[in-house]
Amino acid sequence: MKIIVEIFIIFMKIGAFSFGGGLAMLPFIEKEIVDKHHWITSNEFIDIIAIAQMTPGPIAINSSTFAGYKVAGILGGLSGSFGIVMVSFILITILAKYFIKIKDAKETKAVFKGIRPAVLGLVLSAAVTVGKTALIDIKSVCIAIIIFLGLNKLKLHPILGIVLAGIMGILLY
Amino acid sequence: MNQLLRMFFIFMKIGTFTLGGGYAMIPLIQDEIVEKNKWIDEDEFIDIIALAQTIPGALAINTSTYIGYRLFGFKGALLGCIGTMLPSVVIILIVAAFFLQFQNNVWVEAIFRGIRPAVVALILAAVIKLGKTLPKSILNIGWVIGSVLCITLFHIHPILVIIFSGILGYMLFKGENSDEDNC
Repeated sequence: MKIIVEIFIIFMKIGAFSFGGGLAMLPFIEKEIVDKHHWITSNEFIDIIAIAQMTPGPIAINSSTFAGYKVAGILGGLSGSFGIVMVSFILITILAKYFIKIKDAKETKAVFKGIRPAVLGLVLSAAVTVGKTALIDIKSVCIAIIIFLGLNKLKLHPILGIVLAGIMGILLY
Repeated sequence: MNQLLRMFFIFMKIGTFTLGGGYAMIPLIQDEIVEKNKWIDEDEFIDIIALAQTIPGALAINTSTYIGYRLFGFKGALLGCIGTMLPSVVIILIVAAFFLQFQNNVWVEAIFRGIRPAVVALILAAVIKLGKTLPKSILNIGWVIGSVLCITLFHIHPILVIIFSGILGYMLFKGENSDEDNC
């Protein structure tokens, strides 16, 4: 039971200090789980990264659930996943109330007029980062282009796009 | 209650079908929440992503928690958050139990090799959709490109880009906004 609580507290701490989503969390998780507590080995940690990216859902949730499971089974996994969302959940329920109130103020509008293009830039950078590891040969570039045209021109549903890409993967590789 | 449960299942569906982490989930959340159900408009959706970025933690969880709160209060936040994480948690626990067989399967590897480039396409399509709501001024286009360069080339932390853009926006548009609103 003590280890379950410990896992929860460690992942709560990781969740509180990592800005920039799941991939930004991985170095934190490595430091805590591998270096400090020696709960898993470096090789096991690499497996966790691979699995977290190969399974659906947010990488932060996947990696913390998997790491927690490795340490203490199903309860450890649950403890890791609930720990990682704890701080942001509390912050949002506090901030959202306040933000909805000031949303239409002149000053808020000015601030967000500046932030909006930056957010597009952020999302676009994610495409660049993912692209660096995903677009490795002509086949993968073709898949990206076909799916992009499907989504953009034919209004293909994103989930259907993913299924189609999986099928193309089987056919091409 | 009916709408609340519907939102819960929408987030569960999104959590089940998106590979590639939080950013890949944004286009699906947009499709369901903005376009299909019209619960939130495009402008507000972009503001929510900005807020979700500024708060620590997983982007997709922050976004769905906020949307849940905005629509149905605390209950909505709770169900938005749990709905998004539940499929991941269940799938990971199953995968963790059968990890070795799963990893060495050539079929699984081929499927993922196909899906990875599609994630790039998904994110690009989301950028184009979201970009339609922004006025196409040289300032905005420069701002988008500038942010991309700051992050990918100069490795400036995304949170700094958001904060700096907010301050710059406040200074540039503080006076100008009131005229638009008074019309």
